[in-house]
Amino acid sequence: MNERVRRLREATLETKPWLSIERAALLTEFYRQDKTASVPIRRARAFRHLMENKEIYIGKEELIVGERGPAPKGTPTFPELCCHSLDDFEILNSREKISYSVDENARQVQKNEAIPYWEGRSMRDLIFAEMTPEWKNAYEAGIFTEFMEQRAPGHTVLGDVIYRKGLLELKDEIELELSRLDYFGDPVASAKRDELRAMAIAADAVIRFAERNADKAEELARTETDPVRCAELHKIAAVCRRVPAHTPRNFWEALQSYWFVHLGVVTELNTWDSFCPGRFDQHLDPFYRKDLEEGTLSRDEAKELLECLWVKFNNQPAPPKVGVTAAESGTYTDFANINNGGLKPDGSDGVNGVTYLILDVIDEMHLLQPSSNLQLSKKNPDAFLRRGMEIVREGWGQPSIFNADKVVEELMRQGKSAEEARCGGISGCVETGAFGKEAYILTGYFNFPKVLEITLNNGVDPRTGKTIGKATGDPRAFSSYEQLFAAFREQLHYFVDIKVRGNNVIERLYAAYMPAPFLSLLVDDCIANGKDYNDGGPKYNTTYIMGVAPASCADSLAAIKHHVFDRKAIPMDDLLEALAHNFEGREKLRLTLWNKTPKFGNDDDWADAIYVDLFDAFFDEVDGRKNTKGGCYSVNYLSTTCHVYFGSMTGATADGRHAGEPLSDGISATQGADRKGPTAALKSAAKVDHSRTGGTLLNQKFTPRLVEGEDGLDRLAYMVRSYFRLGGHHIQFNVVTTDTLRAAQAEPEKYRDLIVRVAGYSDYFCDLTSALQNEIILRTEYEDVAHSMLTPA
Amino acid sequence: MGNPPITGAQKDAGLPFRAAPAGLVFNIMRFSLHDGPGIRTTVFLKGCPLRCRWCHNPESQSSEPEILYFGERCIRCGDCVLACPHGALDAQLHNSSELCLRCGECVEACPSAARQLVGRWITVEEVLAEVLKDEVFYEESGGGITISGGEPLQQANFVEALLAACKARRLHTVLDTCGFASSDVLRRVSEHVDLFFYDLKLMNSEKHLSLTGVNNDLILQNLKMLAKDGNAIRVRVPILPGFNDDNENLDALSEYLSPLGVREIDLLPYHELGNDKYRRMNLSSDMECVVPPTTAEMETIAVRLRCGGFHVRIGD
Repeated sequence: MNERVRRLREATLETKPWLSIERAALLTEFYRQDKTASVPIRRARAFRHLMENKEIYIGKEELIVGERGPAPKGTPTFPELCCHSLDDFEILNSREKISYSVDENARQVQKNEAIPYWEGRSMRDLIFAEMTPEWKNAYEAGIFTEFMEQRAPGHTVLGDVIYRKGLLELKDEIELELSRLDYFGDPVASAKRDELRAMAIAADAVIRFAERNADKAEELARTETDPVRCAELHKIAAVCRRVPAHTPRNFWEALQSYWFVHLGVVTELNTWDSFCPGRFDQHLDPFYRKDLEEGTLSRDEAKELLECLWVKFNNQPAPPKVGVTAAESGTYTDFANINNGGLKPDGSDGVNGVTYLILDVIDEMHLLQPSSNLQLSKKNPDAFLRRGMEIVREGWGQPSIFNADKVVEELMRQGKSAEEARCGGISGCVETGAFGKEAYILTGYFNFPKVLEITLNNGVDPRTGKTIGKATGDPRAFSSYEQLFAAFREQLHYFVDIKVRGNNVIERLYAAYMPAPFLSLLVDDCIANGKDYNDGGPKYNTTYIMGVAPASCADSLAAIKHHVFDRKAIPMDDLLEALAHNFEGREKLRLTLWNKTPKFGNDDDWADAIYVDLFDAFFDEVDGRKNTKGGCYSVNYLSTTCHVYFGSMTGATADGRHAGEPLSDGISATQGADRKGPTAALKSAAKVDHSRTGGTLLNQKFTPRLVEGEDGLDRLAYMVRSYFRLGGHHIQFNVVTTDTLRAAQAEPEKYRDLIVRVAGYSDYFCDLTSALQNEIILRTEYEDVAHSMLTPA
Repeated sequence: MGNPPITGAQKDAGLPFRAAPAGLVFNIMRFSLHDGPGIRTTVFLKGCPLRCRWCHNPESQSSEPEILYFGERCIRCGDCVLACPHGALDAQLHNSSELCLRCGECVEACPSAARQLVGRWITVEEVLAEVLKDEVFYEESGGGITISGGEPLQQANFVEALLAACKARRLHTVLDTCGFASSDVLRRVSEHVDLFFYDLKLMNSEKHLSLTGVNNDLILQNLKMLAKDGNAIRVRVPILPGFNDDNENLDALSEYLSPLGVREIDLLPYHELGNDKYRRMNLSSDMECVVPPTTAEMETIAVRLRCGGFHVRIGD
């Protein structure tokens, strides 16, 4: 990287996240005065108020401009969604991990302005007021989490629209739709009118924001003494006057256009997974080639611009989270995830010059944000995979690798066309989506082992003694494993029902009170439908529930089947006693469960079949249920940091795990249970049908030695290609030794820059809670043992 | 796998040729990376005619199953003592080698995996089924199966049947042998071998005898035969400072291999990983005084051999 980028990078790394009260102040000021009746128009006007009045920041040496806050790392709050108490602010300010500094002014504004207006009006307040006692019981017990209680539905990725049409052209489309409204035959014509007008206002708001950036650049140019920088500022101003109002004409304008649109989306609402340019290499390639041909851009200049954009991503920490949301997703990362490679719409190899350019950028920048991934199709060249693996083996967990052909299959199973599927990819951690056309909303994590715990206690949560589930029978009376599994399924059905009912209510709350007209502008077919993103406007609307800890649950089921029912060596009563007392004084029993049960992750068909049964049961329970937006439910498997939170809520489990310890992550084997090496672990993971999910997450931990040299690159590449041939969706590697991780725990100050893969994203090891640090250390480390001593099982 | 142990009468030697015999296997290691090209599964057979003093797999030597004890895992629950049908375990959990019949009951009973049975009788079909589990990885990486030991040719019929079964499934096969076997057997087996890993520990026959328990005449003769037959061969030399890293031995090696057309040599530095195993097996290792060679020493040896026209790789 050049000196400019090096300095910008240093600045973003050195700046600590801080809470900016600007947005809350402007929003509250607007809502106090505004009397607009139409909800979408009011939201749009509020958005315009923000974009017209927020402070404009252009940093020294920047080429890509625009900040969400008043300055880098200034992180806004969204009181209309979650109105923080002053205690929340204090927690955010002082907690050990993932803190945001909160100044006195912010506290005063929150106390005097935001809280008096938003308390009782925020989405969080509305949601909790509307949920049933059953829902609250399950939520408080750690059966599931709720994504929308502090953050807005987002979970979407931009397609190619802004590269084809400026916002002004989208406004023309809006005008056309407005002129076509049928006020005689269409009972919701006026609702459509309001929504479309709101979209037009939102478009103007972002154009205005771009112009204000141009003004600022010109203002800075007037006093700039360095002629080179002065010229740059004039260039920046020209770019900001062009995009996103009009289509970009070159590489620079394309990047800046995306960035303004990005800031619009993440200022309008605190959308989950931020926002993302998706298949960036596909979108940028025509601009890149044209500029190169015309001699107006060199590869180095293109790289510099991309690197300036990367700094911008890293300047925007995730909006501050508290409570369960902070526990399930405790990270500064906001999950914008750049897709590289994959397929073109016609099904041919999508790797191009920009793909390699972006991979170089990822390698040089070494930043948490944006996340990045390879979309690897069997049609992509090995050179692409190997370039990605070179970065992977540096050990900071990026990029992750996805099976592009499987992603296409998953999308087509859900009803997308082949072309739409090939233009799709993944976002967030591992979530599959049709980019530019789909709202695929993740609604919450779902704790499998806890459901089993409730089953084993006949509907009672032993942690609190409360009855929160169904009375599915005293397991001591069960005469077969099948009976136990049937009871588990019944319990699963009960809790999924509760979750879906809650989701349906929350979906309607967002549709009614929290439309997102700017985001709607960008997603097909919201304009044509005259409907909001949060109200089923997009072409596709999918709702997800994320299964957590399938391995911990399957291993527990396997232990019960094996020891209690098949071998009849441990009476059920005895097992339940031991679990209730967290194996106190029962170490021998615990070790028997841990060591003497066939476990998932070892390519053992007996154990893996139980895992597949569990997977199928959850799929049958969730997939195809209708949401309230004309779409369907689907399942996916990721855990972010939720396997640690769920673990803390779950008692001792029959796989030999103590109460409170983390559960298994993603679809990976229980930490330390996979003892037959990585090929066996991959085989096990591939036994479930990944095409029936919207994404699965598999972590592997390799020692650096294992991936050394050309042979090491080959090994990683072989593992990936093999897993994908077997039908896997995603794989990610941590290349680090346990010794290093332990050293970092002991002396964090020496390992500030140590980045590891968590579950679907990377994070600074020292920013993780100690429970999560320990969980990562416990994951099975595959090393390079020439002649091990394992005996055949 | 839970097979009943196969009795002595059923063992390899007692079965007719091609009767898909059982072999005494002490490990099937998947994702094996140093036993041939690509990602492989290495099948370790138990029993060896040599007694190399540096052997890092002492559990591979005996042709009988053995019980290993991992003291650090033991919770001293005593279940093994109760489980033992032969009274071979005393209250201090010591195993009496006279009374122990290696039936494995104590291993089954142990909750903490502190006792392990090394060596199980497994049929060709069972081994093949395990090996085929990673077929997709072999195909992607150009890998396959490696048969190692111990000395695989101690169980020649089993090895031949296993190799034939693997070739019938078009797997790439490597046989890792010390070459101390009947020439006829070796030639017969070689039909199913794509690549030999052939151990040449010492060129001086007397020294070979003193350090491994056998002289190397047969070993050298077999190597010549395999080379003449046109087999692909990599020679593997463990480097034991003070025993075989002298120029005399290296030059003799060069001289012997040159006319055979064998060009590939792997140098394997001695390592101390085996010392733990000796302790677990109640054995003493007389190599504890040997210091592993340094990287620089390994490189010096490699350079000397490369000057003789060999492709030399330093293993790890």
